[in-house]
Amino acid sequence: MAVRNNRLTAEEYAQHFSDIHPPFETRDAAMVDANRCLFCYDAPCTKSCPTGINVPKFIKQITTDNIKGAAFTIFSSNIMGGGCAKVCPVEKLCEGACVYNLMEEEAIPIARLQRYATERAIAQKWQLFERKPGIGKKVAIVGAGPAGLSCAHALSREGVDVTIFEKEEKGGGLMTYGIAAYKVTPEFCCDEVDFITSLGGIDIQYGKVLGQDVTLTELQQAYDAVYLAFGVGMARQLYIPGEQLEGVVDAINFIYDIRNSGYPAVPVGDQVAVIGMGMTAIDAATQAKRLGAKEVTLVYRRTQQEMPCTEAEMNIALLDGCKIVWLAAPAEIRGEEGRVTQLVCHAVKLEADAGGRRQPVITDEKIVLPVDMVIKATGQMPFEQLIHDCQLQHNNGKIAVTDNGVTSINGVFSGGDCVNGGKEVVDAVQAGKDGAKVILAYLLEGGNARNSL
Amino acid sequence: MADISANFLGIRSPNPYWLASAPPTDKKLNVLRAFEAGWGGVVWKTLGSQVKNVSSRYSSVDYNGSRVMGFNNIELISDRPLDINLKEIAECVRLFPDRAMIVSLMADNNRESWHELIRKVEDTGAHGLELNFGCPHGMTERGMGAAVGQDPEIAGSVVAWVMEAATIPVITKLTPNVHSVVPTGRAAVQAGTHALSLINTIQSVTGVDLDTFIPNPNVGGQSTFGGYCGPAVKPIALKMLTTISQDPVTSRVPVSGIGGVSTWKDAAEFMLLGATTVQVCTAAMRYGFRIIEDLCDGLNNWMDEKGFRTIDDFIGRSVPTLTSWDELDINYHIVAHINQEKCIHCGLCYISCEDGSHQAINLAYGNPYNTYTIKEEECVGCNLCKLVCPVDNCITMEEHRKGDEYLNWKEFQRRGLPLNDH
Ligand SMILES: Cc1cc2nc3c(=O)[nH]c(=O)nc-3n(C[C@H](O)[C@H](O)[C@H](O)COP(=O)(O)OP(=O)(O)OC[C@H]3O[C@@H](n4cnc5c(N)ncnc54)[C@H](O)[C@@H]3O)c2cc1C
Ligand SMILES: Cc1cc2nc3c(=O)[nH]c(=O)nc-3n(C[C@H](O)[C@H](O)[C@H](O)COP(=O)(O)O)c2cc1C
Ligand code: SF4
Ligand code: SF4
Ligand code: SF4
Repeated sequence: MAVRNNRLTAEEYAQHFSDIHPPFETRDAAMVDANRCLFCYDAPCTKSCPTGINVPKFIKQITTDNIKGAAFTIFSSNIMGGGCAKVCPVEKLCEGACVYNLMEEEAIPIARLQRYATERAIAQKWQLFERKPGIGKKVAIVGAGPAGLSCAHALSREGVDVTIFEKEEKGGGLMTYGIAAYKVTPEFCCDEVDFITSLGGIDIQYGKVLGQDVTLTELQQAYDAVYLAFGVGMARQLYIPGEQLEGVVDAINFIYDIRNSGYPAVPVGDQVAVIGMGMTAIDAATQAKRLGAKEVTLVYRRTQQEMPCTEAEMNIALLDGCKIVWLAAPAEIRGEEGRVTQLVCHAVKLEADAGGRRQPVITDEKIVLPVDMVIKATGQMPFEQLIHDCQLQHNNGKIAVTDNGVTSINGVFSGGDCVNGGKEVVDAVQAGKDGAKVILAYLLEGGNARNSL
Repeated sequence: MADISANFLGIRSPNPYWLASAPPTDKKLNVLRAFEAGWGGVVWKTLGSQVKNVSSRYSSVDYNGSRVMGFNNIELISDRPLDINLKEIAECVRLFPDRAMIVSLMADNNRESWHELIRKVEDTGAHGLELNFGCPHGMTERGMGAAVGQDPEIAGSVVAWVMEAATIPVITKLTPNVHSVVPTGRAAVQAGTHALSLINTIQSVTGVDLDTFIPNPNVGGQSTFGGYCGPAVKPIALKMLTTISQDPVTSRVPVSGIGGVSTWKDAAEFMLLGATTVQVCTAAMRYGFRIIEDLCDGLNNWMDEKGFRTIDDFIGRSVPTLTSWDELDINYHIVAHINQEKCIHCGLCYISCEDGSHQAINLAYGNPYNTYTIKEEECVGCNLCKLVCPVDNCITMEEHRKGDEYLNWKEFQRRGLPLNDH
């Protein structure tokens, strides 16, 4: 048993982390699928995309070889349409609503078609947008993740000058640092950020931390409005004995290392337990396995019915050979010489409550897993301290806003994970768009948020 | 099993499928392979005076990801030496005596040329002749091909010359590049042709290359009008065939139907509208001779299902149901109905009725699925919604007669009934 790095050959790493949703190889292949699209009226796929991309329109544009038009259709609703095409959980969004599902037939591969159009646009650096003449206002944005970038792009198009303050050395947020490496490459993330900022009017100040290098008050003084899009932070603590042992890691840290340090540099155990059953847990489990772990077990307190990840995501882990232990609540992490050796869980059973609903109840029975690494993926913690310091109204650390991103402080707006506690990239992009809209209205009206909290 | 063999003027073939006069029938090698594959007969690629072809020669129209909906060519008649063609025809007849061998002809525009060509062709043992009055390019400039087919008088006199010399059945192939095929058909019948075939290709420009700006097909930077055929022309061919079947003069002779036949269903439709045999060109060029298997098999199964023993049991059967507009029953009325169980909520019926133009479908907003229902009072029974619906039998048309009796437009007017009544 050993936690080691550098387990595989370069070829093995390359193979394990290659694209899991490969693009269309040929124009014809894309055409066949594009031509299957019915061009629905008031299309359910569009209604089920959080950014409301006009899906039938862009697919129709692909069928006529109007790729530039298709890319414009996509990007004008979702400036991260390139990345979203690779990372969206489409089976519960657009593709999940495609009318073909109601005929029990394969849905249109909307994301793959979206990728077909956007990849070319990004690779060939098409200039699809133009800035309107400047309106003489400037906005500060904290966080160069999907929400921040989307807000910045939308504002800049309207002639607003934007400065983004970003803690890391690269833009993209969790897209660049958090999402599984077999979904997007670091190069793609860089290209995507460049594509977005190539519009002009967006200055990203890297290595600038809110609460450390700059305060909210300073930003409020120097800018006409502020948009907070700093996402959420570390994984939630388990508060069980043994959490401090060597070999217990935070999923976000683990994934961050994979994206940032390169595959061979990331240590992984032989027998790994991943706690949780959300998307982060799946990503951590799958990537641990792909880094060379012998055995990876997902441990979840409830049953498949309640798991937060989609079935498609669960299947990625299962196909990679990960195991799942349902109905097991982690109770204690045991170790020897300061290093993890066992994960002890209470077995959980389901009992009908007064209303007849089955509820999990902890039993005396123990499940003991021999492990040399435990990855915690039980939800992320908001930046509660930072939010508190900024004197923002919040709900359990999630910034409180109205529907379109107005916070409790006049002139300060917010959206994305720091508001919703962690959803998908596509939700953050929409939040950025909504934020830009309300900020623009605020700027044009001379600095009064229309509907304050 | 039904009997699908055909007897066309005593020319027998084991099935009604002949390969039309075109590249697949221009040499022994092809024709033997076609016969081996099972084709009932061939019309040998048109013989005449020697010609020279250009390249490229073909172009096509694609639709919604489907290739070659329509096909176009600027090819001429056979460009091989006459004596080689004649020798090969004789060999094919000898090797496959049970298959129909028709030879297509286009002689220079005088009696002697036609007589001489017919004599030579008859020496091969061929079973019939087809007069090519249709070729739309290259030959018209010399007063041949479509130039003949477009002028009933000239057509009649050419047929008359032919009939002086021919001792085997003569089929006259009509051009569709006219406002009606009936006058030339009548002239040919009155001049003695034993049968008619139609259609040859329709003049067309299939499209323009949006990079070079040169229409297709491109011959060194220029193009020319070509002849259109393939699935896209079938409805036009069927209409022309029907007018021949309905006319008292032209309906006296058997017809070989041509134009877009690709499947056994197409063939059955041509035959229901009066064709005794059908000829196939584009489908065979596109997919090869092997399509003959399903052409025969499908027809056979359909005939069994319908209780037809021979093809004569249904040839022409649908002709009487095609009438003139003013004979149609005005009291017949249908209304669309959407089966909510089958509906997939694509909204295509809604938007087509909305924009195209009766506003007879109601939309109830839902997320993500809307509900669509018919406003029966507004529905004119046009079929549009049913045609665009992607689900089989989801939209059905229900009969809501406006009156018990049959009432046509002539009677409607005679009685002075009010307009816009329904
Ligand atoms: C492991 C994991 C896997 C995921 N997989 C998917 C997936 O497959 N598909 C999908 O759609 N979504 C996925 N998500 C969710 C998605 O990544 C997020 O919803 C999305 O990135 C949120 O965007 P955001 O802009 O709100 O925040 P973030 O992407 O978190 O961006 C916030 C930015 O703010 C910066 N920042 C933070 N604090 C400060 C500060 N104090 N000062 C300055 N800058 C700061 C951060 O460095 C970061 O760049 C995943 C999330 C995780 C954690
Ligand atoms: C390449 C090509 C060459 C043709 N050559 C002749 C010809 O020499 N003589 C003739 O009568 N018809 C000729 N035709 C017309 C066909 O015989 C036929 O009438 C027409 O293609 C319609 O049938 P289809 O839709 O099955 O192709 C030709 C058609 C094509 C496509
Ligand atoms: S952005 Fe995501 S949800 Fe929206 S259409 Fe594209 S793939 Fe689907
Ligand atoms: S629901 Fe499916 S078929 Fe309809 S427009 Fe969307 S992708 Fe096309
Ligand atoms: S039949 Fe015509 S008028 Fe009636 S609902 Fe359908 S499209 Fe509308």
